[in-house]
Formats: sequence, structure tokens, C-alpha cells
Amino acid sequence: MTAPAPAPSPEATTAPRVRRREWLHILTGAARTPRGMAGSGLVLLVVLLAVTGPFFAAYSPLQFVTTPGAPPSSKFPLGSDILGRDVLSRVLDGGWQLLLMATAAMLIGIVLGTAAGIAAAQLRGWRDGVIMRTVDVILAFPQLVFALLLVSILGPTRWLLVVAVGLSHAPQVARVIRAAALDVSERDFVKAVEITGVRQSKVMSGEILPNLLTPLMVEAGLRLTYSIVIMTGLSFIGFGLQPPAPNWGYMINENRIILTTNPWAVVAPAILIAVLAVGLNTFTDAIARVALGIERAEKLIAEASGTGSVAEIPA
Amino acid sequence: MTVTTAPARLVVEGLTVAAVGSGATIIEDVSVRVAAGEVLGVVGESGSGKTTLGLAMVGHARRGLEIAAGSVCLDGTDLFSLSPAELRKLRGAAMAYVPQDPSSAINPSLRVGGQLKEILAAHGRQGAEADARLQEVLAEVGLDSRHGILSVYPHQLSGGQQQRVAIAMAFACRPGLIVLDEPTTGLDVTTQRTVLETVARMCASYGVAAVYVSHDVVVVGELSNRVAVVYSGRVVETGATADVFGAPAHPYTQGLLRAVPSPERSGRLVGMEGVPPRPGQRPPGCGFAPRCPLVIERCTVAMPELVPTDRTGQLARCVLVETGQAHTRGALASASGQDLAGPAESGAAPVLQVTGLDAFYGQRQVLFGIHLAVPQETCVAIVGESGSGKTTLARCIAGLHTSWTGEVRYGGRPLTPGIRRRPKDVLRGIQYVFQNPYASLNPRRTVGGLVAQPVENLAGRRHGRHDDKKILDALRSAALSVEVVNRYPDQLSGGERQRVAIARTLAVSPTLLVCDEVTSSLDVSVQAAVVELLRRLQRQHGLAMVFITHNIALIRSIAQQVVVMHDGQIVESGTVADVLDHPRADYTRQLLDDVPKFSAAITGASDA
Repeated sequence: MTAPAPAPSPEATTAPRVRRREWLHILTGAARTPRGMAGSGLVLLVVLLAVTGPFFAAYSPLQFVTTPGAPPSSKFPLGSDILGRDVLSRVLDGGWQLLLMATAAMLIGIVLGTAAGIAAAQLRGWRDGVIMRTVDVILAFPQLVFALLLVSILGPTRWLLVVAVGLSHAPQVARVIRAAALDVSERDFVKAVEITGVRQSKVMSGEILPNLLTPLMVEAGLRLTYSIVIMTGLSFIGFGLQPPAPNWGYMINENRIILTTNPWAVVAPAILIAVLAVGLNTFTDAIARVALGIERAEKLIAEASGTGSVAEIPA
Repeated sequence: MTVTTAPARLVVEGLTVAAVGSGATIIEDVSVRVAAGEVLGVVGESGSGKTTLGLAMVGHARRGLEIAAGSVCLDGTDLFSLSPAELRKLRGAAMAYVPQDPSSAINPSLRVGGQLKEILAAHGRQGAEADARLQEVLAEVGLDSRHGILSVYPHQLSGGQQQRVAIAMAFACRPGLIVLDEPTTGLDVTTQRTVLETVARMCASYGVAAVYVSHDVVVVGELSNRVAVVYSGRVVETGATADVFGAPAHPYTQGLLRAVPSPERSGRLVGMEGVPPRPGQRPPGCGFAPRCPLVIERCTVAMPELVPTDRTGQLARCVLVETGQAHTRGALASASGQDLAGPAESGAAPVLQVTGLDAFYGQRQVLFGIHLAVPQETCVAIVGESGSGKTTLARCIAGLHTSWTGEVRYGGRPLTPGIRRRPKDVLRGIQYVFQNPYASLNPRRTVGGLVAQPVENLAGRRHGRHDDKKILDALRSAALSVEVVNRYPDQLSGGERQRVAIARTLAVSPTLLVCDEVTSSLDVSVQAAVVELLRRLQRQHGLAMVFITHNIALIRSIAQQVVVMHDGQIVESGTVADVLDHPRADYTRQLLDDVPKFSAAITGASDA
């Protein structure tokens, strides 16, 4: 005798969930919350300015156009900097490189940190010990100091700077991801795959990694913010991008002497950095809330599945 | 059984609870009444709305829900007309609620004594009077206050003791109404028995109107005087317990009863496929119509009325009852009396042979000298309470628990403790089905991907093509429609998920299936369907099976041999018929005695 095939459950036919692109689902969900709207608005504003800015700049950012430290005028809306270059043009041109480098550094940090964190959580034993103690040693240095140390060893080339900042993120990411991965690696579906005798690397990439989406997205947002702050910080103390190329961090440093004659040369880049950092942080917060909300709902459903009721969770 | 004529203490009239915003009704037009000293059983599957109903009876609607219509009157007072402050005054004093999970009802950082005093103080009992009541109520729930129970913290108590404290809290102020929501789910049968006896005694001696909400038909049958069977938010059948369970008129009640396993009866369990419709997505006609084996066209058109059956006081909401065609054949009498005959004893070597197995958690030994043989094409059930070590044994066999000594032979070859050093054909041959299908399926993989995984890993198949015949065959064998192949686990019901977990093991054609409490997180009706599936698969594929369960009532429906475990040791083993009919060990006898059973009154009524 064969039992009849069960009818598809009602939730299956009526509530398809976007799973393949869940990160997108979370992003759009976050962007719809008031918090996310504010955050993404601020970020988009600065990114748009940084990306399209170079095309609108009236002067070359390197050209000496007027007297140094000139206050704003109709010709130079934000005045001139310490060497007599147009501040507006330098501000418009000084962001895109920073954004690109910060993103690259974030990616390096996330990839390395995630690999280390998952490996530590899944492999356990001495490998966990080695990875996490290394992380502890690096974490003993403040991140900026560690990045500075690396830059001074590697030299202030653009890509070495990216690598240095990325490396300084990795231990922090590893910490967070290990904690999240420990939780996942204990779940039965990981065990169910392990008893088919697959390689650990496959368990880590196929079973654990996809279930770390939420912490990964939050970490990515946070690390991007930190990348920007650290990079501008490094530029400020002269370890970042080398002059004369315009960049927001170094602009604050070089123009601080003319703060009294043309404050805009310092304030404009500072405002942009602050708005970007605040916007990113706010949006990350929105992501965390939305993703956690989804996760909590999933958990609630799983818990209710025993004897409570799935159906009673109001949609 | 007498139909109660005493005036009703609790009167629920036309109660409708709906979600705020969407307006989807969770429960709809429910009317029940409970008299003093009476226990009303509310029975239903997950998602039937029974918990919402239970909470509404104490004047509470969960966040996101609201009382859309109807009234709940306790001793003549309409609870929903009261202010929050007035309602608070009644709670604890005039009415009480015992939730499913006792640990959620008790403050973990308050000692038991402080906990109880808090309630008494809130309702104006202090000093010597409160102390006297404290002693009294503790004695009533069978906790001895002399053993310092008042000064311990909740985590120092066992689950059963915690539940008794929760019941003591509920009874402390002698309420007129008490609602118990699955208070024994999660307790083992022995503890369940004492808790149920406590509840029954307390209700009888104080004239409390009690409502007992549960998915467990047998427990309700044992405890209650009257029952209301709830489905899809409506009462589909109600009446005296003996009538409703003895001569069920509604096909849903009949289905629930057929799904109940029993240590006395054996044979096939008949499950009900599908899940109750979700609020807001309920069909226009009878909510049960999509799952009903007796469905006719009229069922899908309009909701039938709750009409009297041929027994006094029994009402049912079914077209067949309206038209007088209800077949009230006793569901209990339908079970066959035959045992599931095992395969002919052969001299062949057992598939699995466990010899002198000791297992440890750190320094602590949890299994002591386990001997076990699983012959070919035979299902061996391992029965025991929580903490008996039965799951550890299963995990040792599967290679998930590595800290053990002794010998486990599979097909004559000794097995290493860990998975890593086991050859692929052993990993393929021994397949494991996990307890909780909500945890054992990766939520980020489709059903097809999940079933394909062991095939890829063990049979070396290439990635990507999930429509492979092997996978579809496995899904079909597990009685799943092939359409589920592209779904994600969260789009499936609990029963369907467990079928996917079973299909995953079938896809690699194992010889030994280890099933660890595979039905304990499922509804009884779904449990029956899954057990029946496993029984059929075991036959068809000639599988050897180790079936771990805490439910001794189940094993006659699936196993040929049984091993009873207690405190990490085997106390008895043999064929199912031998052990269940002539238990030798006291522990086995106790387990059998503690299984809730339908009383003679109910089984007798089915012959009428």
C-alpha cells in the first residue's frame, strides 16, 4: 500500500520566501524602515557626491588657482586651501578613492576573518586554540596602532594601505564569526552532513557559511565604517594617500593651520566623513534589526512547531 | 457518564479572536461552558487555535491578537468588560493559568517559597495565614515542604517538580477557574501520571472549573469529563468524553483517535496527512474538508452548523451529522489485534552487533555494558525515559558520539568511534534520522539539495542536477510529492520535514536506519503517518532499524524486538510481544502502567 502524497501545506503555496537572494531581501527590508531610510539616504548622498564629483569639479584639484587660505567667494564657493587650490574641487575629487579603498579593506577583513572564525569554530581543539590566541594577541593592539604598525612596515603605497587596514579588521571579524559559527556548527543539520563523511572544508562552506548571513552583513557594514574612519585617520597623520592627490583625511590635516581664515577647508571634508560614518552605522543597525527580526520569527516558528502553534503567530 | 447539570462557572459565548490589522480569525464563534468540579478537555493539533482559546478563557489575548466578538463570563462577570486592573485582581485569585513550559512560568531567580508567597501576598494573604496555605498547597501537589523545597531555586528541581510548583502556584488562592495548557508535554510518562493525578484530585476536591488544553487525546480522555475538539479555530465536536471518544461523530475526531498508538493494541496506525489551514487562509466550507477522507461537495461550500448527534449532549460540526449519515463506528474498535510479525528467524549474522559498550561524557559514564544485536530486516525499538542513555547509544552507533569503549560491529566489521575513519560504505550503510526535523534540515537548502547531499557525498554523484531520478524516487518512497523538490524546509510542515529527512537517508539505499525519537516533535496524527511510513519502508527495502523512543505505546506499531533502557543500562530485551505482554523487569511494568490509557468507559462505549 502506498500512502497518498501529502497535500502541500498551505504556507508552502502561499508564502514563497526569497531565499536565493536573501541578502537582497534583508537589504531592501532594511531600506524600508525609517532607520534604514535615514541611513541609506546619508550614505547615498556622500557616495553620489564622491563618485560623480570629479566630473563636476570646476578646477583641477591640483591646480593653484588663488591665494592660499582665501575665504569663500562667488568663484570659489568653499574658498581655497593652504596652497591656494579650490577646496570645492578637492572635496569633490577626494572621496572616490577613499570609498574604493575602504570597501576593498573591508572585503579583505571579512574574507580573512570569516575563514578564520569558521575554521576555529568547526575544527575545535588545538586549531581553534592557535587561531583564537593569534587573534587575541593582535586584538591587544588598538586597531589604529596595529594598522599603523603594518603601514610603517609595508610602506604607504595605496594597495599596501588597503591590505594593512584589511588585516587589522580580520581578528575582530574572526571573533564575531566564530561565536556565531559555534552556534551553527552544533545544529543537527551540520551533524547530518558530517555523518556522510564529507570534507570539513565542504561542511564549512556549504552548511555553516550560508547560515551566517546575518552576522556577516552586520559585520560588513561595521567594518566599512571602521575602514573609512581608520583610513582617514591614517591620512590625517600622514600615513595614508600621499599628497598632492586630494583626500578628505589629509585635507583636514594640511588645512588645520588656516582654520581661522578659511574653516571650510577643514569643515567640509570632516562633515562628509562624519555623515558617511553615521549613515553607514545607522543603516547597519537597520540591517541588524531586520535580519534579527526574520531570524527571531524563524526561531519562533521552530519553537512553536513542537506543540505550540505556528498558525497563531499573527502574520 | 452523567451530563453535568450544575450551573456553569465559565461560559464562553460566540468567542472570536482575530489578528489585529489583517483581521484573520484565529478562533471563531466558540461557545463552551464549564461547571464547577468539571474538567473540560480542549483537544486539537498544532495550529488549531487551542492555546489562543485557553488564554482567552482567562481574559488574555496575545500580542497582535484581539477579541473580535463574543464574551467570556466567569461566575457571571464578563472578563472582557473589566479594566486591566480589575482583571489583574481576578488573575491568580479567581482564575489561574498553567502554561506548557513550567520553567517559563516560574521566576528562575526566586526561591520556590518566595515565588508562592508572592502570589499569596498579591491577593492579600500574609503572615501565618500565608504560611499555612503554603504548606497545604505544597502537600496537595505532592511536594514535601520539610525537605527544604521552599528554599531551593527552580533550576534545582526536576521538570516534574517544576510543573507541580506551577500547579501549586495556580491553586494557591483557590481559584474558581483554572486553565492548563499542555502541562505534561515534555514530561516522561511516570511524571506525567503523578501530575495528572494531582490535577484531577485538586479539581475534584475544590470544585474548580478546569480547562485542560492538549493535543494528547488519551490524556484528555483520561482526565476530562467533557471535551471540545477544536479544529481550524472552531469547535468541531463536543460532548461527554465517553461519547465523543467512544462514538466520535466528526471525521476529524475519528482521525485523531485512529492515530493514537497503544501498548495493548497493535497494528497499523492511521495518520492524517496535511496540516490545519492557517488563519486567514481557511477554506470557505468546513475547515477539515481538504484533509477529510469522507469529503463531499457540500463540505466545501458552507461551514456546517454544530448540530446534535444521536447521543445526548454531543454536538458535531459535520455535514454527515446534519444529514444523519455519520458513521459513529468506534474508532478504537477498528484497530486490528494482530502483532506485526517479524521476519522468520534465520541464522544469518546480525547487521549490527554491540558488545560491552560503555560510553562517557567527560568523566561521567552514561552507558554501562550495552549488548545489542539488530538482525537483518528487523526493527529493534529502544525504549526509555529521558536520561536513560538511549540517544547516546544511537549516536555511538552512528559515530556522532566518540567517547566509548567496547565493540560495535556492522556487517561483521568492527567500527571506529568517530566518523572520520569509517569507510564510505559503512557511512552509506548506517543512516541516521534526527529527532527534530526543524533542526536537522539546513534552512538554506532546497529539499532537492538536501536529499542530493548524501548521494553526492557517498555515491560520488556530481553537483547540481537535483532532478535526478534517485532523488525523486527517494522523495516518492517517503510519500512526498515531487513538487517539494524546489521548496525550502520552512515552507514545509513538521511531518513533511521529517519525511524529507527520511528521504535523504533512503536516497543512498542504507541497510541500517537509526531513528532517534523521530516523532517526538510531531503531532499525534502526523506521528502515526510517519511511523506507518517507516514501517512500510522497513518492509519494502528490507531495512534493519533501530527505533529510539520514549513512548512505549508506539513500539507495537513498528518494532519486532524491544530493548528497555534505564539509567544507561538495559533492563529488559526480547520480542515485542514477550516484553509487552509479560514484562519481567519492574521498570518495564511501571512504564507500561504509566502510559495513559482510555478508560474502560470509553472503550466500552465504542461497542455500543
